[in-house]
Amino acid sequence: MATAATSRRRSGWTRSQWQSLLTGLAFISPAILGVLFFAAWPIVQSFYYSFTYYTILQPPYFIALDNYRDLFSDRIFAIAVRNTLYMVLIGLPVHLVFDFLMALLLNMRIRGLSIYRTIFYLPSITPVVASVIVWLWLFNGQYGVLNEIIGWFGVQPIGWLTDPRYTKPSLIFMGLWFGGNTILIYLAGLRDVPISLLEAAELDGANALRKTWHVTLPMVSPVIFYTLIINVIGYFQYFTEAWVLTATRDGAAGGPLNSMLFYAMYLYQTAFQQFKMGYASAQAWVLFLIVLIATVIVFRTSGWVYYRSEE
Amino acid sequence: MKAAKTVAYPVAAQNRSRGMESRTNQERLARTAAYLIITLVAVAYVFPLYWMVVTALKTDVEIFRVPPSLLPENPQWQNFPLSTTYIPFWQYMWNTMVISALTILGVVVSSAFIAYGFARVRWPGRNLVFMVYLSTIMLPAQVTLIPLYIVFRQFGWVGTILPLVVPAFFGNALYVFLLRQFFMTIPNELTDAARIDGASELGIFSRIMLPLLKPALATVALFTFVATYRDFLGPLIYLTDQSQWTISLGLQMFKNMYGAQWQLMMAAATITMIPTVVLFFLTQRTFIEGIALTGIKG
Repeated sequence: MATAATSRRRSGWTRSQWQSLLTGLAFISPAILGVLFFAAWPIVQSFYYSFTYYTILQPPYFIALDNYRDLFSDRIFAIAVRNTLYMVLIGLPVHLVFDFLMALLLNMRIRGLSIYRTIFYLPSITPVVASVIVWLWLFNGQYGVLNEIIGWFGVQPIGWLTDPRYTKPSLIFMGLWFGGNTILIYLAGLRDVPISLLEAAELDGANALRKTWHVTLPMVSPVIFYTLIINVIGYFQYFTEAWVLTATRDGAAGGPLNSMLFYAMYLYQTAFQQFKMGYASAQAWVLFLIVLIATVIVFRTSGWVYYRSEE
Repeated sequence: MKAAKTVAYPVAAQNRSRGMESRTNQERLARTAAYLIITLVAVAYVFPLYWMVVTALKTDVEIFRVPPSLLPENPQWQNFPLSTTYIPFWQYMWNTMVISALTILGVVVSSAFIAYGFARVRWPGRNLVFMVYLSTIMLPAQVTLIPLYIVFRQFGWVGTILPLVVPAFFGNALYVFLLRQFFMTIPNELTDAARIDGASELGIFSRIMLPLLKPALATVALFTFVATYRDFLGPLIYLTDQSQWTISLGLQMFKNMYGAQWQLMMAAATITMIPTVVLFFLTQRTFIEGIALTGIKG
């Protein structure tokens, strides 16, 4: 109370302002504690671990930059980075474009929308492991129905999950099935595009393609931007689908020639199978920086995003 | 069809009737194409689920037939109960429900509290703190994973559900954002009047705000349930004791132990999906509105 009174004189705050500050902080106190315990402190701590050799059983041993140096000569790490970039640079655009096209089609005032919406959304809420097990069966080289279906069109059977050339495209193909969430986000965004604008464009003689390009796309660009940010961060952490598809009984994972080994999987193996906590922390920090840089790049190049409130 | 359109889009319908004959033809063609594509994709979307159920109903011989049969010759309904005995299915289901229930409780209570502090109490620095808080959403989980694991291990929490459940009681930034949006829409007059009458901030929160917020809280509870039910990495790291496993871990084990029993795996996967599918049909509106509001990843 005494400190409140003295600083009131300095900052010119009234008693009720102080009171509301305390009330506000009291309400958000779980968030403050949560951020300190579950975000701020662990980030700093893992930064420290990244300069140590640490197996949990013995106290961390300071080795300066050795972990970071090791990353550069780690062949498997390089594979994991490359595979992850493949998903971010190829998988993510393919998925977002597909999701957006689906949303555009669904937005054409079609009948039975709620049925289609349900069909597209269901894979997004069912447990990933259950879905992936189903895909494992579909992809099966010998008895899988996918090879049977492409056979109808005269295509030779594909080693979806066994041929390193096809494994990542297979993952991307499977990923199309999990697009429901983004499709619904886009659909909600498309619903908010003012009809008056589209009609004005129509009166000016714009065809459907031009209307979509010049009116719809700018109007929903904030939504696209949002999904882009969230998905860039998400794809760098790509884990469960590939893990469940490739994990074997003895704990190995990554598929043929490690062609489905992704960053988060290698980090998990380093930390929780080999118990190299220091090395895994260095990987975590490098991932953190990569995600940060990628996010900044997306933000910096967001000139194409159009905000209505800035008119 | 025509009538429905006029009701939903009166302006558009007027324009059309004003004479854009070639355009309507073109539009009809476009819409037919849209139907065709969307139906094709929808069929492709349903197919894996169809194939899952069909496989679940086949015998262990029929699943390996080439070419595969599109319908089970003789539906093996007993595959469903059988699949739940290969792994302690109901034990895993119960574990998952316990974790989900506690997580929902923690997330809903704490997030509502926090959101109130960000939305309804005016304090200096509020918006800045909120932006900082919201930015934690973007933090990759891997950065905090190892120190948290080590400290939970020191607590003796590894092998229990505590590392999965306790953090939920400290709020979830995404749901705080969602609830804050709801809080903002409630007019100030309502709370100002209560304040003049001498109600405490806590009283306003619990007696006036929370009842108004029920639909939003339901949305948060629903999304939290789906996220917890789908979670794999968290249980994989912390639930080292098999008796504590969730259904996701159990299914993964099924896959590794009984590799060729596809019909039983498909049966187990089907049963696992049922709760979320039923839940979706019961609460479709809440789901759709929740997504529209924040674009939450389910």
